[in-house]
Amino acid sequence: MFVKYRHKLKKLVRAMRVLMLGWELPPNNSGGLGVACYQLCKALSKKSIDIEFILPYSADHDIDFMKISPACSQDVDQIVSSGIAYDSYKYIYSDGSEKFVNIYDQQKAYEHAVAKMIDNTEFDIIHAHDWLTFRAGIKARQSTGKPLIVHVHSIESDRSGRPGGGNPLVREIESMAFMIADRIIAVSHLTKQAIAREYDIPPSKIEVVHNSLDLDMVEDLDDSNAYRYLTRMKQLGYKVVVNVGRLTIQKGLPNLLRAAKIVIDKEPKTLFLIVGSGEQYTELIDLASELGISKNMIFTGFQRGKNWRDSFAIGDLFVMPSVSEPFGLTPLEAAGYGTPSLISKQSGVAEVFHNCLKVDFWDVDEMANQITTVVRNDALRDELHARSLHEYNKLSWNQAADSLVEMYNQHKFSAEVYA
Amino acid sequence: MSKKAIVLYLHVHQPYRVRHYTIFDTGADHNYFDTEYHAQESNERVIHKVAEKSYLPTNALLMDLIKKYPDFRISLSITGTAIEQFERWSPEVLESFKQLVDTGRVEIVGETYYHSLAFFYSRTEFERQVKMHEEKIQQIFGQTPKVFRNTELAYNNDLAIWADQAGYRGILAEGWDPVLGWRSPNFVYQPTNTENIKLLLKNYRLSDDIAYRFSETARTNKPLTASTFSHWLSESVDSQIFNLFMDYETFGEHQWEDTGIFNFLKHLPEEWLRHEGYTFMTVSHAIDSFDVVDRVDMPDTVTWADTERDLTAWLGNKMQEQASSAIYELEDKVFGTNDLALIADWRKLTTSDHFYYMCTKWFSDGDIHAYFSPYKSPYEAFMNFINAWHDIKFRLAEKGLEV
Repeated sequence: MFVKYRHKLKKLVRAMRVLMLGWELPPNNSGGLGVACYQLCKALSKKSIDIEFILPYSADHDIDFMKISPACSQDVDQIVSSGIAYDSYKYIYSDGSEKFVNIYDQQKAYEHAVAKMIDNTEFDIIHAHDWLTFRAGIKARQSTGKPLIVHVHSIESDRSGRPGGGNPLVREIESMAFMIADRIIAVSHLTKQAIAREYDIPPSKIEVVHNSLDLDMVEDLDDSNAYRYLTRMKQLGYKVVVNVGRLTIQKGLPNLLRAAKIVIDKEPKTLFLIVGSGEQYTELIDLASELGISKNMIFTGFQRGKNWRDSFAIGDLFVMPSVSEPFGLTPLEAAGYGTPSLISKQSGVAEVFHNCLKVDFWDVDEMANQITTVVRNDALRDELHARSLHEYNKLSWNQAADSLVEMYNQHKFSAEVYA
Repeated sequence: MSKKAIVLYLHVHQPYRVRHYTIFDTGADHNYFDTEYHAQESNERVIHKVAEKSYLPTNALLMDLIKKYPDFRISLSITGTAIEQFERWSPEVLESFKQLVDTGRVEIVGETYYHSLAFFYSRTEFERQVKMHEEKIQQIFGQTPKVFRNTELAYNNDLAIWADQAGYRGILAEGWDPVLGWRSPNFVYQPTNTENIKLLLKNYRLSDDIAYRFSETARTNKPLTASTFSHWLSESVDSQIFNLFMDYETFGEHQWEDTGIFNFLKHLPEEWLRHEGYTFMTVSHAIDSFDVVDRVDMPDTVTWADTERDLTAWLGNKMQEQASSAIYELEDKVFGTNDLALIADWRKLTTSDHFYYMCTKWFSDGDIHAYFSPYKSPYEAFMNFINAWHDIKFRLAEKGLEV
């Protein structure tokens, strides 16, 4: 029977059009979600998938492999995103007036805007990324009958840092989307298990498609690192341990600071660079001074571009101590910028990335042990780096795109057969 | 009727695996090797496990074969670290080895006590470890090794010259094609530039048919049977000896009982000895029975490991290089202390397995299951080792030495 449809299927593949509902894209991204969406779409476009990507804000993108449309209602001229997660959005109206909209209202506004836009858009599949776009996805499915694939980069219990935790309004949206969706994609087995556990979703409905990182996302570094102080200190024999990410409960930074205290007692010439912003920012600064390690801790706030890249590059070791990390691209980015990683075992990336150190996020002593051992032994650092780079060079979104194309075909096919 | 012999040589070794040893232990706890029983790297647990799965059943079988077939003979080498651990945790295993040797049909081969690569770092320490091993073998088994094998069969011309001068009658090496060229490993050779010593070369194809490919041999796709194997050997008409060198733990540990490996061993003598003139020889016996056919030149070090047959499994990356040079760097200071416990700990860290565990060659691509190590990653192996090394330095500093 398959042979009979093969010709038709081929035609379907060429014609596949995907309505992609996303929350952010580089350069206006707050973190890994935007990077993952960008790279995934790029890889899909190479497989002749036609994508219209709908964003909740307006911005210029240097992207030619897909169509990008802002979801604005008619009287709004521009929606400005700060690029920081969960920050308010600035609406600029046709009459020049401005208004700030919070994340939850923005999510609802996105849903309504998308509902209006789809009347004039043709597509075969709806592919929605994370809870902020799920209501829009559900609505699109209801009005068009097209299959809905929801792609889970993180769920509310990840963000709240504990099973069963988080905002009930968000949990409700997730729960509804997981039930209504035709298929669920999880970025790791860890996430798949969490979805099944938190929402009673049958595991057979959830497919794991690991994130990846393509080489072209890593931009060249210039000769001089933006962190001039750290560069000088390294010449004096200091070692630099780096974390880049949102300063939020999910990311487990208090444990890194407690480990840092032990490391600094053993190896005083160790500096910790903490790059990012978030609700724990002041709490972490307080904790550092309580622990008496403020002199060795450098908090930079949120960074982009060169400063962001140089944060990875200046490090001797990148640490991702996350309590819960559905995937976690940063250790791969660190590898691309020349720095090996210590990552928490509670991360999805640990399922695919082997040449790195791994630790349970709660095991502060072991974290300190591993950091100190790296700081003391260049051979370990160098070998970790060489091997992680080797592993990283083999990564590609190509495989992930193949799984998605197959999934698109299946669902489009069955939607048409059973329509 | 031409005489043909199987030379079965089994290598018995257990290292002292370094426990999860952290920077908090460095300078505080000088025990590097003992840990709680159920830990992955617990030496006691491994000894018990391998004793049950391999040493005890295999020795019992070997004893039966010796009793049943007057022509059945084997050669063994047993490292000092293995003997010590048998003495401590499994005396019945050591006793069963003694009984085998007491039959007079088992020859013990000499090597370094600590299964180290000291030959490539410190000739003094290498000779001390060889001497230590010789004394231990004499004390336990009442034999003095006449044939030598270096750790991991790591061999080159210099080693052969050393062994020749040290009075050994034979030495073992890998029968590696790039070295042998058109020549076959199934004869007795002599190393270049040596006076008396003879060279036995492992037939790695036949050895690996048992040690690695037993359950699915490349030629048959079925578990190997003793009669098939024996038939292959008998087809090689001009050959004199078949040097089957492998880890002892092949029997029951690398190849589990359910593969049929014990049955294979059990029936091999029966199948082989049914041919007239076919026999089993120990390594010395083979050396005495056949003339040298040619000289073999091996300027570069050849081992029995991997497709490369070199030392890269132990010294192929920076961690391995640095860890190895770090340990030998402390040699003079450690011996200067005359602290026997410190010397013993240092020596246990020279065991080549520690460096093998740090090998990253096979660790990419998620292919970690093929990787035989008590640690989750080569990095973990390095961290434990190097923290123990730091503690050796700490102990030297405590004695007022400059480190």
